[in-house]
Amino acid sequence: MIQARGLARTFPTKHGEVAAVRGVDLDVAPGEIVGFLGPNGAGKTTTLRMLTTLLAPTAGTATVAGHDLRADPAGVRRRIGYVAQTGGTDPATPVGEELELQARLYGVPGRAERIAKLCARLELDGLAARPSAALSGGQRRRLDIALGLVHRPPLVFLDEPTTGLDPQSRGNLWEHIRRLRDEDGTTVFLTTHYLDEADALCDRLLIIDRGRIVAEGTPDELKRRVSGDVVTLELGAGAERARAALEAHPAVREATADGGTVRLTVDNGDRELMGLVRALDAAGVELTSLRLARPTLDDVFLTVTGRSLREAA
Amino acid sequence: MSQIVRDTYLIFMRHLRPTLRNKVALVFGALQPLLYLLLFGPLLKDVFGGGGSWQVFVPGILIQLVLFGAGFAGFGLIADLRSGVVERLRVTPVSRVALLLGRVLRDTVVLAAQALLLVAAGVALGLRAPVGGVVVGLAFVVTLAVSIASLSYVLAMMTRTEDAFAPLLSTVTLPLMLLGGILLPMSMAPGWLDVLSRFTPFRYLVDATREAFQGHYATAAVGQGAAVALVLLVVSVTLGVRRFRRENA
Ligand SMILES: Nc1ncnc2c1ncn2[C@@H]1O[C@H](COP(=O)(O)OP(=O)(O)OP(=O)(O)O)[C@@H](O)[C@H]1O
Ligand SMILES: [Mg+2]
Repeated sequence: MIQARGLARTFPTKHGEVAAVRGVDLDVAPGEIVGFLGPNGAGKTTTLRMLTTLLAPTAGTATVAGHDLRADPAGVRRRIGYVAQTGGTDPATPVGEELELQARLYGVPGRAERIAKLCARLELDGLAARPSAALSGGQRRRLDIALGLVHRPPLVFLDEPTTGLDPQSRGNLWEHIRRLRDEDGTTVFLTTHYLDEADALCDRLLIIDRGRIVAEGTPDELKRRVSGDVVTLELGAGAERARAALEAHPAVREATADGGTVRLTVDNGDRELMGLVRALDAAGVELTSLRLARPTLDDVFLTVTGRSLREAA
Repeated sequence: MSQIVRDTYLIFMRHLRPTLRNKVALVFGALQPLLYLLLFGPLLKDVFGGGGSWQVFVPGILIQLVLFGAGFAGFGLIADLRSGVVERLRVTPVSRVALLLGRVLRDTVVLAAQALLLVAAGVALGLRAPVGGVVVGLAFVVTLAVSIASLSYVLAMMTRTEDAFAPLLSTVTLPLMLLGGILLPMSMAPGWLDVLSRFTPFRYLVDATREAFQGHYATAAVGQGAAVALVLLVVSVTLGVRRFRRENA
């Protein structure tokens, strides 16, 4: 659905050039929900604006929804939807008029019906006559999203779609995005700062930092690949003996002992747990407690960039 | 082609609707030239002697209406740039040209309505002009409105903020208005000022509209006015279309 090679963009500013995106390669398959994760200023919005024909890349090529970005931007536009990070509604224009115009510009058949259905799904019904200045922040965000989806695009770009939504609306929107994929086969490319969102919603993640993609994979793959699982063992005595016994275990990447505690970094922790316990048993060490912690995406980010995502953001 | 027409209509209606919702704003938009008519126009009676003064003054006020009314059009675009409406529309398959023409058309319709209002007010104050002359004058008004609005949008796209656009606009419009001989004809000006004013397009449009209001159509002034209006139209719309077509407008 998206193939990009070496996509780059620099902005000239008064204080020299800002390299916002420095050569991004992307492959997004049809029907995927792909999350673009990264701290403030990483280049997420700039990448999206290039892929949606709003910004000419300074280097690189891309095919989006089957059309070449540079040679056929009009072809790209007909097949994509885009919800900008900062929205795109006029404060004075009534909700109904915005949706109507958007649907007409895309030539949506069965306009009224489509708009009514979308409004029901995004909890916007009854607001048609309201100017968007008189909507709550969450309602306005949902209107932005409705505007980006009104023509049922096979590919949608959502730039921080859930920022400013309450937990319930966020949950509803996740549900809606999953339904886009499952029922309509829509491909979704979204950016987010929220690790839980990336984890819960995305089939695959791309982590971008300082204009470059620094890691990619499914949320589980990323967590496994980058850090492994952390197993913490509490032992009454014999921590050093336990460490020595476990170090040789093939799944264990790293083992440290500290007082009565042994910390292990393990591949596939949930599957290997039994084996670890058996190894301890064979070594005759008594176990008080055992904890398995999956690494978070924040750990991933820390490993890849040396900074915490929350710090960087 | 049919897509451009359809899209232009959609964009035109989007921008016209707020005006239709709030018709009072239409009158307020013409308030400044209306005040010139009411409070300044009568002074000219003595300068020109009798009712003929309105045939000189009303055309000048019409051109002034366009210069300021259409000149300010860019502010609307800057608001839409800021709210993200422009980007939202640019992601749709809408014709780029329609994004310009729809706006310009709306500005032109509003200015034509305001121009009619001013002519009516002029008639009430004592203007006597042939209908044909008024029609020709309004044709100049409409052509000029299209040109000035297009240029205003080009400047707005370039500056992108009110803070940069507003001073630029007043720096450009005020000298153009004064040199156009809008309040008093440039034929009264000293030689150097007369020459200087011939380098500005409005001089020719004001003179041509004045001639038309006096019922003189086949004159050099009307011909020059028409030529200047057409050249200005082609240049302005070309600049506008090029700017709106740019990938990163
Ligand atoms: N028009 C511009 N002119 C100059 N610099 C820009 C422009 N747009 C973006 N930048 C710079 O490019 C970098 C990337 O910005 P971008 O908006 O893509 O980040 P982002 O990942 O979307 O961040 P956020 O999470 O805050 O939305 C930043 O350093 C930003 O300041
Ligand atoms: Mg952003």
